[in-house]
Order: sequence, then structure tokens, then C-alpha cells
Amino acid sequence: MNQGQDLAISVSDLSKVYGERAALSHATFSVPLGTVCGFVGPNGSGKTTTIRMLLGLISPTDGTGTVLGHDISQPEKYLPQVGAMIEGPAFYPALSGRENLRVLASLGGFDQAIVDPLLERVGLGDRGGSKFKTYSLGMKQRLGIAAALLPNPKLLVLDEPTNGLDPNGIHEVRSLIKDLAADGTSVFVSSHLLSELQMICEHLVMLREGKVIFNGKTDDLLSAQQPVLIAKPEYAVDLNKLVDIVKKSGHAVTLEDGAAHILSPADWAATLNRLAFEAGITLSSLTSVLPTLEKTFFEMTGAGE
Amino acid sequence: MKHVIFAEMRKLRRPTLLLSTMAIVTLLTTLFTFITFWRVGNPRGNGRRGEVVTAQFLSTPHGLVYGFNLVAFLLGIVALCIFASQTAQEYTYGTLRNLLVRQPSRMKILAGKYISMVLFAILMVLFSMTSSIGMAFALAGHAHVITTSWTTSAGITALATALGNVLLSVACFGTVGMILGLLFRSPISAIATGVIWFLILENILAGLISSTAKWLPGQNIANLTTGQNFTFSYQHSLILDAIYIIGAATLVSILFKRRDVAN
Repeated sequence: MNQGQDLAISVSDLSKVYGERAALSHATFSVPLGTVCGFVGPNGSGKTTTIRMLLGLISPTDGTGTVLGHDISQPEKYLPQVGAMIEGPAFYPALSGRENLRVLASLGGFDQAIVDPLLERVGLGDRGGSKFKTYSLGMKQRLGIAAALLPNPKLLVLDEPTNGLDPNGIHEVRSLIKDLAADGTSVFVSSHLLSELQMICEHLVMLREGKVIFNGKTDDLLSAQQPVLIAKPEYAVDLNKLVDIVKKSGHAVTLEDGAAHILSPADWAATLNRLAFEAGITLSSLTSVLPTLEKTFFEMTGAGE
Repeated sequence: MKHVIFAEMRKLRRPTLLLSTMAIVTLLTTLFTFITFWRVGNPRGNGRRGEVVTAQFLSTPHGLVYGFNLVAFLLGIVALCIFASQTAQEYTYGTLRNLLVRQPSRMKILAGKYISMVLFAILMVLFSMTSSIGMAFALAGHAHVITTSWTTSAGITALATALGNVLLSVACFGTVGMILGLLFRSPISAIATGVIWFLILENILAGLISSTAKWLPGQNIANLTTGQNFTFSYQHSLILDAIYIIGAATLVSILFKRRDVAN
């Protein structure tokens, strides 16, 4: 190891420019060893470009980076300890799932005996002998995850691992990532299922238009957001009156599912309750919640606007 | 390097590829040898480009390998298709990124892939030669061909020479296929370009302007199998093919090493 011994990934000023377009611009972030780190950003924000640079598939235009302490210009030093699934599973259609894994096991110099247990682990034990071209999208995804686990990785890089999976499959991938993290594997995972990432990621890197807009602990990101008070009147007819009260008090409010969502500190709940009572409105519920990762993501990236 | 070769052999040994290739090669070889012996001495021709091959010629030490030599060009085209498709499909399937994650040395990937495909081509050529020899011995009686000289030291030398030359030409065609595969990154484009060039364009060019034949890669690779072109020598073909192939292979290797893997 040369540098960043406590970091799984560290990049500094990393850029990739295609012609006039910067796919990634001066990205600087780090991922501590042993954590599950979510990598989020709208489509085209540079996630896959970053992952490809980390895996030595494309060369950066500028900047530096290390993976497991080794410079990204020398991928041969760290890739034997890295498992990766990039942009969906890619295998030979005419070969069976098992044979596809054996090709990669041969290539990496791994024991062929690990192939069948891995197929079992991802739920493909009974379909390992079927040709890859006969697999459903979910099964292909599972095979991709199995391939990423072949080297018993110290760092696992997963690009959209839950694409095409049913809820049960998504739950299994979440459990798998948790198990791997518990065993000390660092996981760097990109996904559009932000609710899933919120459940498993201690750390987050967020991109927008090729730039890093957040790098840190998930809790730090969410707690830095203004909480939302959700107030629901007993009678729906009182909703507009409640909104007027909130607006007069200087808080922003939106209506969602028959309730007022108010941007305000949690301790303003008591004031709101009193003001509503004085106006003759009975609140059937009043709760303070932190915004979800999804909401935070939309706010920070401007996605969905 | 050996890991890459083992991994590639796993792909090449799949029954649909291995068995169908060997079946096609056997079929072509036995057919060509069959025609040569069955129509022996026929004035309408039983050899290359309507040539009349007599029982007397087939009874010489070179008679045993005549049919095998006839099919060498087609074996080369088969090799070109296999090398091109096995190389280009890594791009179209998106599997190149998996290979490079497990073996980051691009030159090792390239060399291992090449060696494994050459081994596959050697097997293919041996299959072809064996079928041709079998057919030649089987039909020798019918064609009134005396086989005694085939098993003499001169016969064995002719066989070894033919085998070496055919292997060399097949490897050359295969290398061209791999070069095209790396260049086009699409099996269909690579194969179509190679086949159209070698089977059609070169023949038109050589037919229209005969002096160009001396410099055309396909004509020179074909000359390696027999050395029977009377306008340019075996040595000329050997040197020219080496220059063409080494030059092109070096260029595409540099391209492969430096090019981003973005698909």
C-alpha cells in the first residue's frame, strides 16, 4: 500500500473529458474502508465514468485516485481484490451461467470449486447449467453479482445491482451487501433505488452534472436538511385554513396526501398545534420527520424538476 | 498468461462452436479430396481452377496432400471468421470489461486470446488433414493411385511441409481476422470485411491488374500453402505477409492498449 491506507477509494480532482463535454469534472471524494458507500446522481452525472476509471477501463483526463491504497494507473495491483459489476451483467449468451463464472474464475486464477457455492449464494444453484441467454433479467443480475464475488473481494463495486430484480431479489441483495459489510468488505454501490441505499449506506457520494455535491456520512447529509412537520387536520375542509396559518407564520408549506408538509424546525410543532387549536382546527396527527434521501436527492440535484 | 489461455479455451470448446467447426472442416476437406480422387484424370478437371490431376501425379509423394492443400484457403477463411468473431464479440457482448477487471494487463488478454485461438486453429487443421488422408487412402484404389510413395520419407516430408504451410497460412488468416475484430469491434463488420476482401475484391483486383497480385495480402497468404504461384516466390509471400501482419498487429495492439473500454 502506498497511501490512503484507511480508505477503500480516494480520488482527487478526477476528470474525464470527451471532446467538449466533461463526463466528470474535478471530482474529489473518499470512501472509508469497511463501509457501504452509496454513489448517487441523476443519469449522465458521471457515475459509470467514475467507476470505469476506478477499474482501469478508461483513463482519466486529469486528476489522481487510489483504490485500496494503490494508484488507479496501476489497476493490476488492486483489481485482484476487487469485485465489480458495471452497467449491468455482461456474459456469453451461449455459455451456461456456471460456465460463464468458470471462464472468469480461470481468468482470475481462482479455484473452480468456488463457482457452485457462489451460484447457490445468489439463488442460481438450480439454474447454473442453463444458458445465459435463457436467463431472466433478474437472474442475469444475480449472475453478475456472483461474478463480482468471485475474488472474495476486499472492495465490491456494484453499478445498479438491483436493476430488474423483484422485491424479493432486492431484499436479498440488500441482505447480501449487509452481510458482506459485516465481514469487512467495503461496498461502493450506485443505485437509483434511494430508499434502498438509505437503508444500507453509511456513506454517500452524490454527483450532479459531473461534479461531486456531497461526500460524507448519510446521517450527516440527512440531519443537515430542514425537518418537515406533517400536520393533518381531523376534517379535510380545514386544510386550506391550516395552510393559511402556516404561511402567515412565515413557513413554506406544500399539500401532500391530505396533509400539510411544513418546512420548519421540529420545536415549532407546539406553536402550530396551539395556533390550529385557536383557529378551531383539531389536528388528527402532527409529526416531525427528516426528509428522505430521495427528497434530499431531488433537492440537491434538481432531478425531477 | 496461462490463466487467459485456459479461460479462452473454455469459450472455444463449447460444443456449438467446436463441433460445428470441426464438422464443416471435415465436410469441406473430404469433399475436396473426394472430387480429386473420384474424378481423377477427368478432362473437365478435378483440381484447382479446373486443373486435371492424374493418377500418376497422385501416386507421387505429394499426391497424399493434394486434397488437403486444396482446402487450405477455405480453412483460412474459417479461421478468419472464428478469430474475428471471438475477438469482436467481447465488445458487442460487453464482456471485455469483465475480462479486464479480472486481468488488467491488456497485452496478456490479447496474447492469451491469440494463443488459444491458434491452438483451436491447429486442432482444426489437424482434423482437416486427418480427414483428407483418410479419404485419400479410401479412394486410392478406385482412382488407381499407387500409395506406396505416400509412406516413404519423401511422402512424410511432403505431408509435414504441407501441414506446416497450411498451419502458417491459417494462422495468418486468423491473425487478420483478429486484427479486423479489434478494429471494427463488431463480428459482422469484421467478418464481412475480411471475407469480401479476400474472396471478392482481391480476385477482382488481381484479375483486372495482374501486377497487383504480388502485393495483395490474401494472394500471398494463399501462396504460402503451396508456393505454386509462378509470378512471385514463397519467400516473397512470407516476407510480405510478415510485414503486413506484424505492422497491422502492432497498430491494433497499441490501439487496444490505449483505447477506453466504454461499452
